[in-house]
Amino acid sequence: MFALDVQQLAKVYKGGFQALKGVDLQVDEGDFFALLGPNGAGKSTFIGIVSSLVRKTSGRVQVFGQDLDEDPEGVKSSIGLVPQEFNFNLFLPVLEVVLNQAGYYGIPRREAKVRAERSLRQLDLWDRRGTEMRKLSGGLKRRLMIARALVHEPRLLILDEPTAGVDIEIRRSMWSFLRELNAKGTTIILTTHYLEEAESLCRNIAIISEGAIAERTSVAKLLGQLRTETFVLNLKGSVSELPELGGFVLQHLDDCTLEVEMKRDHTINGLFEALSRNGIEVISLRNKQNRLERLFLELVDQRAANLEGRA
Amino acid sequence: MRRRLSDWQRYWVTFETILTKEIMRFSRIWVQTILPSVITTTLYFVIFGRLIGERIGTMDGFAYLDFIVPGLVLMGVITNSYANVVSSFYSSKFSRYIEELLISPAPNWVILAGYVSGGAARGLVVGTAVMLVALLFTEIQIHSALVTLLICIMTAVLFSLGGFINAIYANSFDDISIVPTFVLTPLTYLGGVFYSIALLPDFWQKVSLANPLLYMVNAFRYGLLGVSDIPIGVAFGMIMLFIVVLTAFSLQLLRRGVGVKT
Ligand SMILES: Nc1ncnc2c1ncn2[C@@H]1O[C@H](COP(=O)(O)OP(=O)(O)O)[C@@H](O)[C@H]1O
Ligand SMILES: [Mg+2]
Repeated sequence: MFALDVQQLAKVYKGGFQALKGVDLQVDEGDFFALLGPNGAGKSTFIGIVSSLVRKTSGRVQVFGQDLDEDPEGVKSSIGLVPQEFNFNLFLPVLEVVLNQAGYYGIPRREAKVRAERSLRQLDLWDRRGTEMRKLSGGLKRRLMIARALVHEPRLLILDEPTAGVDIEIRRSMWSFLRELNAKGTTIILTTHYLEEAESLCRNIAIISEGAIAERTSVAKLLGQLRTETFVLNLKGSVSELPELGGFVLQHLDDCTLEVEMKRDHTINGLFEALSRNGIEVISLRNKQNRLERLFLELVDQRAANLEGRA
Repeated sequence: MRRRLSDWQRYWVTFETILTKEIMRFSRIWVQTILPSVITTTLYFVIFGRLIGERIGTMDGFAYLDFIVPGLVLMGVITNSYANVVSSFYSSKFSRYIEELLISPAPNWVILAGYVSGGAARGLVVGTAVMLVALLFTEIQIHSALVTLLICIMTAVLFSLGGFINAIYANSFDDISIVPTFVLTPLTYLGGVFYSIALLPDFWQKVSLANPLLYMVNAFRYGLLGVSDIPIGVAFGMIMLFIVVLTAFSLQLLRRGVGVKT
């Protein structure tokens, strides 16, 4: 069964802006999944619809086989949400925030107390249980959002940019906590615009750009692809049959043009030697930027802009 | 059947959680939520009842002080029920913690019931406090405890609903004070809190009948004193009708996510 099965999801905001353009996405039960994309790509809109904070314009959402339109209560009970922005009553003490959330999920008070304590201890917040929210630092608030989201023991945990603005140390401890949680069986989906975060945590990944899924693959494959360079070779004379060039993946574009994929451990010298051995002469070569690389340049640019903005 | 039963238990826990949270909220800040109404009405009793009232003489056969007690109590109920829901619900929108409820499996009617009961609770607390103050100044014999209590609760519920709808549409803290200042207060004052409409010229009596507050004030006065400008059954019917309409409207707003979902 899919933990999340989304079909043709579209969102047009009031005012006419289309934030999601027919998104299809499936996430397996037990997966640790990254939704990666630049600011404004539609990540929060997507998460908002799945968690009932945003109304969809069209499309279908199913969570563990339950349909959002037919059984919203069932869907909501299976999901824990860590939103992108803080959403606390700042005048309440930490423990009460978690107890209230448990109450909203219908967990009786006595049980709620047990669970709240466990949640808070897991995230090292139990000692702060009496502290008013407004006195908590940003990093602690982020952690509390996780504790709050786990109090009803959801099967699917969704985190919207959970480590934005969190320092390295807390980020690392959050990462190891999430890994452990996933190992124990909770499906996790997180959005991020750091590839490193997806790389270090997630098994599968979708890249979203301008409201559409641009790529859906495993993190390992994606990294493999990113670490591959593609060259286009113009040949002197034509080659009708692709030669066997140990290790290099070749593709015909036309009789006089070849495309070759090079992994990081390949060298251009090695390539030319192999081509010469097969009697192929190259007139010129150019580097071909693939779609993924362009996407990532966009992400990197944006990060640079963010960092400058912060400095 | 078992699933149904556990659903209802879950709903009850959610309702209880919201109600408790609301009661804790206004209790924690009682100096802002309970005290002001008590002080204001005490001043009304002193000024209009004692100092000026003695010169007015009787109204509908009652000492003026006794006559204004029901209206003043009900005024406390109305303002506080309304204020509680409008400010609590609007704050939860403003600081976004309404999302805690929106993502939870709590049905809309449970959310509404929780907030409305919270507002009614504050209305009743203030109403009781004002009544106790009144008993320091007068020796009212309650005519019908049942009518008094029913009207009190129904009015509290009705104005909690009003506060809820106001909060749904509000986009700033200014928006939550407009209705109380420009609609509620004038209607209460013109609703016969301080006078019997029998004193008004014919035309203004008719106009007064269009004011829903008049029915509540009078029904409540009937409960406490046994006199009313309005048939008591009509008053009950009116209030009930308003409650039904506003409830349906609130649920409709929640269902469409107006003011809380994008
Ligand atoms: N309430 C809204 N009304 C109109 N446009 C919105 C609203 N919320 C988000 N958007 C727009 O939708 C796009 C996607 O936003 P969002 O889902 O927040 O992206 P991300 O989380 O990937 O940064 C953005 O262009 C944003 O400006
Ligand atoms: Mg976002």
